Amino acid sequence: MSAPSAGTMPCEISFVVNGEQRTVRAHPMERLLDVLRQQLSLTGTKEGCGEGECGACSVLLDGLIVNSCLIPVLQAKGTEVVTIEGLGADDRLHALQKAFLECGGAQCGICTPGMILAATHLLNKNPRPKLQDIREGLAGNLCRCTGYMQIIEAVIAAAHESPTP
Amino acid sequence: MNHEPIIGTAVPRKEGRNKVTGKAQYVDDMVLPNMLYGATVRSQIPRGRIKNIKFSPGINWSEFVVVSAKDIPGKNCISLIMDDQPCLAQEAVNHPEEPILLLAHRDRYVLAKAVEAVSIDYEPLPTVFTIEDSERCSEIIWGSNNTFKTYLVTKGDVDSVWKDAAYIVEGEYTTGAQEQLYIENNGMIASCDAGQGITVWGSLQCPYYVHKALMALCNLTADKVRVVQMETGGAFGGKEEYPSMIAAHAALLAVKSCCPVKMIYDRMEDMVATTKRHPSRTRHRTALSKDGKILGGEIEFIIDGGAYCTLSPVVLSRGTIHAGGSYFWPSVRIRAKAVATNVPPHGAFRGFGAPQSLFALERHMDHIAEVVGLSSVEIRRRNFLKPGQTTTTDQVVREEIDLNKLLDRALELSDYHKKRMSFSQNNTSGATRRGMGIAAFLHGAGFTGSGERYLSSVVGVEGGADGRLRVLVSSTEFGQGTKTVLSQIAAEALGLRYEDVTVAQADTTEVPNSGPTVASRTAMIVGKLVQLAALGIRQTLFSSGTLKESYSPEEFRIACQNYVAAHGPFRSWSHYEEPKGVFWDDEKYRGEAYAAFAWAVYIAEVAVDMVTYSVSVEDFVALQEVGKVLHPVLAQGQIIGGIAQAIGFALYENVAWQNGRMQNGQMTNYIMPTSADLPPIRVYFEELGNVHGAFGAKGIGELPMDGPAPAIVNAVKDALGVNFNSIPLLPEDIFHALAAKGEEAYLKGVK
Repeated sequence: MSAPSAGTMPCEISFVVNGEQRTVRAHPMERLLDVLRQQLSLTGTKEGCGEGECGACSVLLDGLIVNSCLIPVLQAKGTEVVTIEGLGADDRLHALQKAFLECGGAQCGICTPGMILAATHLLNKNPRPKLQDIREGLAGNLCRCTGYMQIIEAVIAAAHESPTP
Repeated sequence: MNHEPIIGTAVPRKEGRNKVTGKAQYVDDMVLPNMLYGATVRSQIPRGRIKNIKFSPGINWSEFVVVSAKDIPGKNCISLIMDDQPCLAQEAVNHPEEPILLLAHRDRYVLAKAVEAVSIDYEPLPTVFTIEDSERCSEIIWGSNNTFKTYLVTKGDVDSVWKDAAYIVEGEYTTGAQEQLYIENNGMIASCDAGQGITVWGSLQCPYYVHKALMALCNLTADKVRVVQMETGGAFGGKEEYPSMIAAHAALLAVKSCCPVKMIYDRMEDMVATTKRHPSRTRHRTALSKDGKILGGEIEFIIDGGAYCTLSPVVLSRGTIHAGGSYFWPSVRIRAKAVATNVPPHGAFRGFGAPQSLFALERHMDHIAEVVGLSSVEIRRRNFLKPGQTTTTDQVVREEIDLNKLLDRALELSDYHKKRMSFSQNNTSGATRRGMGIAAFLHGAGFTGSGERYLSSVVGVEGGADGRLRVLVSSTEFGQGTKTVLSQIAAEALGLRYEDVTVAQADTTEVPNSGPTVASRTAMIVGKLVQLAALGIRQTLFSSGTLKESYSPEEFRIACQNYVAAHGPFRSWSHYEEPKGVFWDDEKYRGEAYAAFAWAVYIAEVAVDMVTYSVSVEDFVALQEVGKVLHPVLAQGQIIGGIAQAIGFALYENVAWQNGRMQNGQMTNYIMPTSADLPPIRVYFEELGNVHGAFGAKGIGELPMDGPAPAIVNAVKDALGVNFNSIPLLPEDIFHALAAKGEEAYLKGVK
């Protein structure tokens, strides 16, 4: 965890989170991850390594998958951020959430939010991915439990769920 | 009481919805009012005396809560098997990263600077970093001879076999440290209340280990310590013993500050300071008959325990008992030893010693095959254990296991013979060499020997006001599916719906001690106890006349509701009882080591890139007999996940040590497999059942860690014709070996 730069004053930063306009008061260099978790109480975004290697903190920023531990919050100004909380809810799961549940894509669950968002990004770009596309598309998100196979199965299952593009 | 079976079906994971929606609460997601953040000041040197501690200027130290060993109310140790590991070092340090001081502050961002501003003067002492140096005792760093534990297993008269042996095959095999690398780092929150005592919430496997450690540390009675498991983001053994340390630290800060304190390790602290898999060295000397049958052998198995004892004796025990693998040894002598070095203590990691000794054995079997002139398949066939024969500890194999049949099926599924033939034809040229490798092995389920008797686990099931049942266990969920499988067992036992059963959060004020969540024991041992306790609930309803003999799930629910309305919530308890006729001698290390074994044959196909010398696993067949498969999706997930970790153990995961400290404590330079690195892992089950486990289940969690590394290295041998006896097997190792081989060939040519 890096401390916000000394000397910089907190400022007001506005962006859309899960469809809602939010304004936070934060140091510009504060990590988007910490702002989401601490100020906005969106704790579904997880920290695994703090250096952009594991992908547990993945969120969608203007539709792109990013490691929120590497994004200074100022960079999120004026953008649209989607976290796991914005993808689906308990009573209306997103196709990927449903497929992860059914295929065994979530074990301990700590990589799951980031992994599901990475998969969302993958399917948005490529609604009918081949096996190799999925293996490469998710390679930025580490999972220590599953050996990835059931995650890949879940992505394939969710792709089949969605209407033909 | 006809109902749809629940056992053997893929019911939804109990906490799955919370996990896929991000609602699951891990310890770092929890915030308490008035909470401080804690950090640890650790030793910079591997061994020495602490001379002076200075708090450098430039930090407003009055804002910080500082805890040292002097603040410990009880005994300064993390109570486990031996009480040798201090909670905070006072006079001396014995490994890098040993905790010395604790700091807490309201602002988490100022802690790192403060930790750096504590400067400690040491008088350095000589160090020991390798098994060899530790054995030599040039410097005594622990006890009288650097030895935490030894075991001697003897069977038959091994001294008499050498003179008649047609072949004597020797080999030495080593395995490296491996980081568990759960994606959620270790973390704990502690709070202290004058009346109620200490409560900790954390990421952990074994609530009652933490409970015991906090009682000793803070000099508190059992009712004044409460341990609550939060959702735990992976563990793999890495959250078996170390959480007691973090809980102790957070608790000391909470006691001194009178505020709740959160301690969350960052990735590097977690990697460099907490436990890893024990590095090992195994030496085999095996006598064989003319036709390749094992006559007897000497096995020496040594593990590096690090600076303190922690769980090393138990890890050593499992490794020792598995050292003879799935073969029949008419005679054997196994000498095993856990030694001390000045590195952070090594600890529990899935497989717990068995992956180490089985790597050695399964490489050695291929080595034997080569010397005797048999194939890797045939050498195994001729030596497989059969029902009625005895293991190295003289345990009679009572299960109707047919390892030859298992091997045949694995060969067929992997297309072994055809592929090997084609590879050997094509391996003479081109940029890739391919090979196939086999490992056949076993894994004992539950605690070793008398371990389950000592644990004497207790399980409860509660009937609630809503007519549903709640399972009360200290067995924790950290990905394996504990809550799901135990709910299935209770529901199936009573003919209820899966939805009619839940599992209580593991909170020591709520749940009895069902033992630690380790050793592949939860489904088999705890599961059986859940089954028994559930039957007790029904018995209560029968006896009270609330429920008739034949009932539907709905009728059961109403009966339970009625009973609770009349008498209040009720509970049924079950206690572990040792199966009859089980014999284990702790002194001689002989007898029934495990109530059941899982058996497996794994086959790896590898490709070696002749430009980069990197090895990729191209196909992997995992065939195992695990008793009854309780949940097909979870069982598959356990096997695939274990194999993925074992592929890392074999090929990628290298801990770079310097003066006892891990140098690559980052995910950037400690490499675990990604989705792009793994082959299709094909999982197949045989289900013979098991009289000791719930509905015939055996342990499953650790088994898949044992076989892949030797299967892969055997496959590399098949591809390149070079024997590698150490893991991790990195591209540079292959480069050096091939370069040496090339040089040798060149020199021969010159002659």
